[in-house]
Amino acid sequence: MIIKNKTIVADDWTVLRLQEHDTAEDIIVSVGKVIVPLKVWRAQHETLQQRKDIGVWLTSDERAEDLKDDVQKFSVIAIDFPKFSDGRGYSIAYNLRARLGYKGELRAIGDVLRDQLFYMHRVGFDAFAPRPDRKIEDALKGLSDFSEVYQTSFNPILPLFRRTQRKGNSTVGTLND
Amino acid sequence: MYRYDEYDQQIVNERVMQYRDQVRRRLSGELSEEEFLPLRLQNGLYMQIHAYMLRIAVPYGLISSKQMRMFAHIARKYDRGYGHFTTRQNIQFNWLKLEDTPDILADLASVEMHAIQTSGNCVRNITSDEFAGVAQDEVVDPRPYAEILRQWSTFHPEFAYLPRKFKIAISGGKEDRAAIYAHDIGLAVTKNAQGEIGFRVLVGGGLGRTPIIGSEICEFVPWQHILTYVESILRVYNEYGRRDNKFKARIKILVKALGIDEFKRRVEADWADLKDGPGTLTIEEVDRVASFFSDPFYETLPDHDSKLNEFKADSRSFSNWLSRNVRPHRIPGYAIVVLSLKKPGNAPGDATAEQMEAVADLADRYSFGELRITHKQNLVLADVRQKDLIRLWQEAAEHELTTPNIGMLTDIISCPGAEFCTLANARSIPLAKVIAECFEDLDYQHDIGEITLNISGCVNACGQHHIGNIGITGVEKKDHDEWYQVSIGGSEGNDSSISKIIGPSFTFNQVPEVIERLIHVYLRERMETERFIETVRRIGHAPFKEHVYATDFMAQEEKVADKHIVEPAQYEVPYYSPRF
Repeated sequence: MIIKNKTIVADDWTVLRLQEHDTAEDIIVSVGKVIVPLKVWRAQHETLQQRKDIGVWLTSDERAEDLKDDVQKFSVIAIDFPKFSDGRGYSIAYNLRARLGYKGELRAIGDVLRDQLFYMHRVGFDAFAPRPDRKIEDALKGLSDFSEVYQTSFNPILPLFRRTQRKGNSTVGTLND
Repeated sequence: MYRYDEYDQQIVNERVMQYRDQVRRRLSGELSEEEFLPLRLQNGLYMQIHAYMLRIAVPYGLISSKQMRMFAHIARKYDRGYGHFTTRQNIQFNWLKLEDTPDILADLASVEMHAIQTSGNCVRNITSDEFAGVAQDEVVDPRPYAEILRQWSTFHPEFAYLPRKFKIAISGGKEDRAAIYAHDIGLAVTKNAQGEIGFRVLVGGGLGRTPIIGSEICEFVPWQHILTYVESILRVYNEYGRRDNKFKARIKILVKALGIDEFKRRVEADWADLKDGPGTLTIEEVDRVASFFSDPFYETLPDHDSKLNEFKADSRSFSNWLSRNVRPHRIPGYAIVVLSLKKPGNAPGDATAEQMEAVADLADRYSFGELRITHKQNLVLADVRQKDLIRLWQEAAEHELTTPNIGMLTDIISCPGAEFCTLANARSIPLAKVIAECFEDLDYQHDIGEITLNISGCVNACGQHHIGNIGITGVEKKDHDEWYQVSIGGSEGNDSSISKIIGPSFTFNQVPEVIERLIHVYLRERMETERFIETVRRIGHAPFKEHVYATDFMAQEEKVADKHIVEPAQYEVPYYSPRF
């Protein structure tokens, strides 16, 4: 199960992770919907690009630009969070959405925890595979921690000061009233 | 000052709820300590040696009397009756229970305050000039921009898990009073030849293990583009900053590694895409925020109060206070007053609940109900009528807030040190106390003149020892003693420089004698009105080093130890003294 578009849904994609003895060239990508590492996508480009059921995932030290030429070929792109405290995935997501115009599913995988979901959603993730040892229902709550935000990001693109008419000082008293 | 509207209040209220639930999950075991750690840090909550410490945000150091009274309330209800003002213009409470912290946040939210991002690897509290809006040399008031940056950085989704902490300072005077060269991003808001407002942007400054003075990345970023420009700097840092080594993770290391030209190229490549995008500031938004910082109702007053001069002649201590702690104001008849939290014998930056309430009362009576917290750990009443100075001085004196030592040797900046902090190698506050007592004599201090002394309990430099004229760093604890390095030649402001270590380290009891010797060389060598830092720059380190190490230091220890009776540090049973 994953969270997609703010609901819990069944997931028919498999995320392929290379084991120590695997190489990107030799690993056999099984039939069915598979999200493969970028390395595998590159190494087996000839065959994989024939398939319609291939997604790709990026490690946190890869970059959105690495997918520049291919980005519209995928219906799923995932970004891996090796540790929840590694924040590179947020910039990768932002760049994929805002710079490269990626419109398909953008999924957070790896060490994905409830308290990161709100931020992830704002930079453009619309799908989340929370860590399997956590209740997915709890994680879902993380998406609604805040009902308002200040700054521009991917979602919403407009900062608060462009979305609303905020009051200046003339209409309020002093804090010591 | 800025006031929350319904949006600000809602965000802070929702934070209280979110945090309350995080604490609940931690206490129930649903969250591991490892997972809770970054969550609590982004809310300023540390686990220290004895208890939890909460760092509360005071954005750009500006605070109302009502908010100050809330600190007094927190000090009494949840802590041990006092709080500690820090170099980030924040306040810390040191003796809290985890279970109480959600209620503290709720109390804070009731007076438009929070503890958001006062720690963690995110954009920290934005600091600014404590004399913003009132300084005579001000080019542009930085406060509206500081508030705009505060909002921009609050819960920024992309930059909550940066490689390391990130500090921004903003200054708008001709003189930099916000130490902008010692920050990850330093902003000087200024005007160009056409009179347009913009920012000189510095990047990659910082202290800690690798102290570096920031480099100019752009001479003039027009005000409309400051948020997007800062965003691009943060993005390049988030993408390329080192994450393999905590000690090499700050932006300064990246800027050094790439070189400022390459770093700038990457930032501007990113920015080319953002420029004129939705993050571009509008004049409506700047005007809206600036409306909160318009002048209070100043009276038309003569610029010199004759009574002041008479009283000055009669009272030497008032005269001292006037010359050290009172600064000129841009409005005739007004003055800026610095209330010293550096009375020798007290922990630098500490204030009791009673003192907090007293300063809140003083602010209400004499300064439009506002106060500022300085990064030098003092308090400021920014808008005092000159004719009120005598009464203010008398009333503040009752609360030990008038020590006339601002900018002098006993105005020591100090981190909390090993009694409180798990990182520190040595105690800071007791050392500050001993040094302050050693130089308590005011005539002597006035003779020494302007000098800064900064103490950090470890290389992390919370006491900003690298930019002190004299810097002291705790380096290790060994054989029931603590060892400190002494450095000289650091400074902040327009002529920022990093201090250099003078030689081998000293024990706790030796340090006051070292300071005495450094001062001795200065007094011997100085020319006319030269300040300590100027003498160091002119004659170099050698004469200081030579004199400090001239006689065997260990032989001096008896003498120094006799003079300052200090209990040796007991690390088995942590030394504890909330107030001295």
